[in-house]
Amino acid sequence: MSNPDNQELQAATDTPLLKVSGVSKFYGSRIGCKDVSFELWPGEVLAIVGESGSGKTTLLNCLSTRLMPTTGSVEYRMRDGNFRDLYHMSEAERRFLMRTDWGFVHQNPADGLRMTVSAGANVGERLMAVGDRHYGNIRATANDWLTRVEIGTDRIDDQPRAFSGGMRQRLQIARNLVTSPRLVFMDEPTGGLDVSVQARLLDLVRGLVNDLGLSAIVVTHDLAVARLLSHRMMVMKDGHVIEHGLTDRVLDDPREPYTQLLVSSILQV
Amino acid sequence: MATPLVVSEVFKSFTMHLRDRIKLPVVNDVSFSVASGECVVLGGPSGIGKSSILKMLYGNYAVDAGQILVSHKDRLVDIASADPRTTIDVRRHTLGYVSQFLRTVPRVAALDVVAEPLVARGIQAPEAKVKASDLLARLNLPRELWSLPPATFSGGEQQRVNIARGFITSHSILLLDEPTASLDAVNRRVVVDMIAEKKREGVALLGIFHDEEVREAVADRILDVTRFSPRKAAA
Repeated sequence: MSNPDNQELQAATDTPLLKVSGVSKFYGSRIGCKDVSFELWPGEVLAIVGESGSGKTTLLNCLSTRLMPTTGSVEYRMRDGNFRDLYHMSEAERRFLMRTDWGFVHQNPADGLRMTVSAGANVGERLMAVGDRHYGNIRATANDWLTRVEIGTDRIDDQPRAFSGGMRQRLQIARNLVTSPRLVFMDEPTGGLDVSVQARLLDLVRGLVNDLGLSAIVVTHDLAVARLLSHRMMVMKDGHVIEHGLTDRVLDDPREPYTQLLVSSILQV
Repeated sequence: MATPLVVSEVFKSFTMHLRDRIKLPVVNDVSFSVASGECVVLGGPSGIGKSSILKMLYGNYAVDAGQILVSHKDRLVDIASADPRTTIDVRRHTLGYVSQFLRTVPRVAALDVVAEPLVARGIQAPEAKVKASDLLARLNLPRELWSLPPATFSGGEQQRVNIARGFITSHSILLLDEPTASLDAVNRRVVVDMIAEKKREGVALLGIFHDEEVREAVADRILDVTRFSPRKAAA
């Protein structure tokens, strides 16, 4: 325990990565999300669940600065250990953060990929954003990541247009993780995929999150996805967080009327 | 002797909001403790709240009132009021749980399912797999199943994977929810031996065993849950 590296590691895991306080977003007089506060620690996966229109995507977009909230603040612990208020950063700083330290996995892979450049270039582009210039290294890393997401390396020069939905989603994940981000946002990562493809993707994401020690915020309406991926869960309804706790506690002993309705509506196979 | 688990005045009820907010009392005023090296067995008829008590101790069910104190890394943690992050840390290092059923993850091999709790504690995968193999061999799980995901296994095979997963770590408290329910006599005896070893290592065990023979073999004392039943209090 006298090892200074250990102490440093301990200190890093005892400090949150993200501090969210009082985030609200109004669309005119309509509520997008209201007064959301929580902290996210390194290595933690948080699921945000709720039906369509409950405000979960609005919240995710506010957290990832794709959308400016009406009120509230989000502080992020930078790699130097200092907290920065995301809404008071310059646009250039935010973009750099998005390209390097963060990942964003969209429900529709076409929103997160460049469909007309090769799979290898999709992965390599993020590496170049962090300053990698050596073609051989970039291609080797791209190859390595395609293998990790179970895409054959013979497909490295193909465009994602020629890929199936499941392959595209795996490519999007590789593109996001190649720069070793510390925080990944996911918006319905398995939405629109066949169940068998879903299972494969979930298992892949679960393994990668564990191996890399990532923090992640996953928006999903699928409680089975939340159960498999997340440690902690927030239930949203009409823009408000109505229940929040350990994932298995919320699912096995839901306290709020709406959460009980959600859990009791799961179809048994 | 050290007492790593103390339960004090715990109350639990379910409010069914979708059924006219019916309030179902589960247990009232649960108080007991488990010492290191001791195996306490929860007794009483079905539906009296034995499994619910285990689930509350594990943080899987919320409690209405009371404290569940666990010695965790040289301090006391109250599971009843701990935040999710603390509960996860307690589960990873201190509090183990063998449930009745295995919740399978698609595509993960049985050997990896068993090794996972060790890997989560930072032990290298090859070393964890060696230990996992030893346990699966001891529990007589056919070697050809080790590399397959347990989803298609029989009830008894799944349960043995589950037991191996629960026993692989050196957690100081172990909760057992009918771990021998679907096992044959040979494997029941293996589990009885494994529980005896845990006791010698100073682990505090709390379990539910319907099989009388197993109960006789492992229990240091039996805690009758009927006395915490709200129904008895009403009568």
